[in-house]
Amino acid sequence: MITEIGHFALILAFALAVFQTIVPMYGAAKNDRAFMATAPLSALAQFALVSVSFAALTYAYLTSDFTVKNVYANSHSAKPLIYKISGVWANHEGSLLLWVLILTMFGAAVAVFSNNLPQTLKARVLAVQGSVSSAFLAFILLTSNPFERLSPAPIEGTGMNPMLQDPALAIHPPLLYAGYVGMSVAFSFAIAALIEGKVDAAWARWVRPWTLAAWMFLTIGISLGSWWAYYELGWGGWWFWDPVENASFMPWLVATALLHSAIVVEKRNALKTWTILLAILAFSLSLLGTFLVRSGVLTSVHAFASDPQRGVFILLILCFFVGGSLALFAWRAPTLKAGGIFAPLSREGALVINNLFLAVSAFAVLTGTLFPLVFEALTGGKISVGAPFFNTVFGILIIPLLLLIPLGPLLSWKRADVLGAMQRLWAAAAIALLVALFVMAFKERGPWGAPLGIALGVWLIAGSITEMAERTKFLRVPFSTFMARLKGLPGAAIGMTLAHIGVGVTVIGIVAITAWKVEKIVALKEGASIEIAGSTVTFVSETPSEGPNYSAETGRFDVTVDGKFVTTLYSQKRVFRPSRQPTTEVGIYPYWSGDLYVVMGDAINTGGRTVRVYFNPLAPLIWLGTVIMFIGGMVSLFDRRYRVGAPKRAKQTAMQAAE
Amino acid sequence: MAMTRKKQRTTMIIGGLVILGIAAAIIMSALRDTIVFFYSPTEVAEKAISPATRFRLGGLVEKGSVKRGEGTTVRFNVTDTAKTIKVSYTGTLPDLFREGQGVVTEGKLDGSGTFIADNVLAKHDENYMPKEVADSLKKQGYWKHTEEDKSKDTKQ
Repeated sequence: MITEIGHFALILAFALAVFQTIVPMYGAAKNDRAFMATAPLSALAQFALVSVSFAALTYAYLTSDFTVKNVYANSHSAKPLIYKISGVWANHEGSLLLWVLILTMFGAAVAVFSNNLPQTLKARVLAVQGSVSSAFLAFILLTSNPFERLSPAPIEGTGMNPMLQDPALAIHPPLLYAGYVGMSVAFSFAIAALIEGKVDAAWARWVRPWTLAAWMFLTIGISLGSWWAYYELGWGGWWFWDPVENASFMPWLVATALLHSAIVVEKRNALKTWTILLAILAFSLSLLGTFLVRSGVLTSVHAFASDPQRGVFILLILCFFVGGSLALFAWRAPTLKAGGIFAPLSREGALVINNLFLAVSAFAVLTGTLFPLVFEALTGGKISVGAPFFNTVFGILIIPLLLLIPLGPLLSWKRADVLGAMQRLWAAAAIALLVALFVMAFKERGPWGAPLGIALGVWLIAGSITEMAERTKFLRVPFSTFMARLKGLPGAAIGMTLAHIGVGVTVIGIVAITAWKVEKIVALKEGASIEIAGSTVTFVSETPSEGPNYSAETGRFDVTVDGKFVTTLYSQKRVFRPSRQPTTEVGIYPYWSGDLYVVMGDAINTGGRTVRVYFNPLAPLIWLGTVIMFIGGMVSLFDRRYRVGAPKRAKQTAMQAAE
Repeated sequence: MAMTRKKQRTTMIIGGLVILGIAAAIIMSALRDTIVFFYSPTEVAEKAISPATRFRLGGLVEKGSVKRGEGTTVRFNVTDTAKTIKVSYTGTLPDLFREGQGVVTEGKLDGSGTFIADNVLAKHDENYMPKEVADSLKKQGYWKHTEEDKSKDTKQ
């Protein structure tokens, strides 16, 4: 019964979404207040209906109702509670329902938090949101109904992919989807602005918090996925340049560009057309990501079984929204009034460079990701484009951008004194150079460029702090004045500094693990040991054990340094019921200098096990940096300016507020 | 030297095109150097692939062919039912590596026709068949998208 209620709520939500697409849009065109006023109401009702639907599916999972086909195919009564819940979205149908749930949640949030929007803009934004949810609700109802029943009902379910039974992966999809789907708000604002033919500082200020929120979710979602791959898959790596990873990384790059260009629109009323285009592209790439993951057109190590017919449906949705929005852009963008002008060497100029490099990097990733498809279509040959391509191209494109990051915030608007800004960065440059020399002197091996890579990260951190010190006149005014200035800084400025420091921290982690990772693969019998990066790892014993829905062989490894006991690591081989699918659990010990990473492999005929041991220098910094970026986004989001409300749409006030 | 709006736009467009051009050149040259072809055992037998060429070999792990030595080297055969290639791999195999199942390996041929793999690609789902492997097996008329597979497809 509850299942049928869930299905019915979903159908009602679809009808409401279609209504929300048409009526407010018509109302905005005719300037009919009553019609426009239906938009927020239907956005809220739609969210409520999809929530009911989602709750119904969750209930079916919690009660292990195997009369529901989706539950039967993806769950098992012996599964721990948290994975019964995360099982809801660990499959195609359920994950799409989650996608729509988050989409309607954003729609409802826009309805609630945008009281200061002009009514026509609000109606149009919500109408575009409605069109996106109509498309995806139709997709679910027609091709991927999670509420399908099974008769006769099986006694037990077939279980959930054991690799996905992990705390990080339980929350990874919701966060990533919040990022993907959050981009729909910026998209809807862009489309609404194109229809209205008006983009100004107020518009940018309304869009920015939404983009920022989506960007934060995307950042932390990607980071969690990478962290999971690092400790769960047992291959010692953290990023594979796999199509599915790229699918989430491309929208992130474009969203980052959008965050920066929206500042130019807000403060200087320039780059308007470009910002609109970025908003469209960011969401288009999110849709492309959904398509790549859900259709299985690209071979991916992440690929789960997929269905080409569903792929075609998503492809149609993709074509409609991307094609439609770009056509609208081509038609309406020339009518937007051009904004303020600036010299190439200025804060605006620096942000344009930032945008160029980020957009081109996204383009490079897109090319590498789709090239195998194009190649096969043209020649019939099958190829793969892997890490060497992406590391080369992405590295070349991103390093100049990273080098310029500390400089940008020191430049003034309109026309800047670049030489002066560079002079103010001498201390940061000196620190970075010293670190490079220090690393060069003490490193025993690794590529020659690695110390420079570390220096780049240090430069980013020191340079970002320099900008903050400049703003607060650190050491040049009494300490109390400095503190007062620090407290007076807008949240956005502190957020920016934090985010840039986060990038630096991540860069250091990436350079260190790439340059100085140590990997050893050995056959070890119980009692034997191996030396790695100063540690001695001894394979002590191997014992069988039982988990709630798996049986395991646990390898115990004692770690000693210079004969002194440090820790015991456990690495497990688990075999899950009922699928008999094996998984590996990695043992990780974090030294301050990096992770010791032990994986117990297969048994060897002559006794003992294959054992893989890694030392991953400074690896945790990769994810720590993304957490700092996330916090930066959060601080920026709580900037007072977004709370006191956007400036009036009169040009004069907008300019004043921008100062 | 105040810039006019038109001049500013032209500068930006030219600058953008220059960077895009450079990026396109880097992308093209990197693609030429780094793409890796995928071959089935039949294609490997037909083409004379030089031992210097890295490629991906995909097919089914032949039943009964997996031999573990004393050390960390594993030998197995990859087959598309028409032709079979011997593979040698040093390292730990992914959890989902099994006899009779699809596999994709990456490496080079040695002089004697054995494929020295340095990478055996992991999968996340036991029912998932790499698309290349599925296609090449279909060519041999072996693997069909049966009703049973279809029902498995709903499982992610």
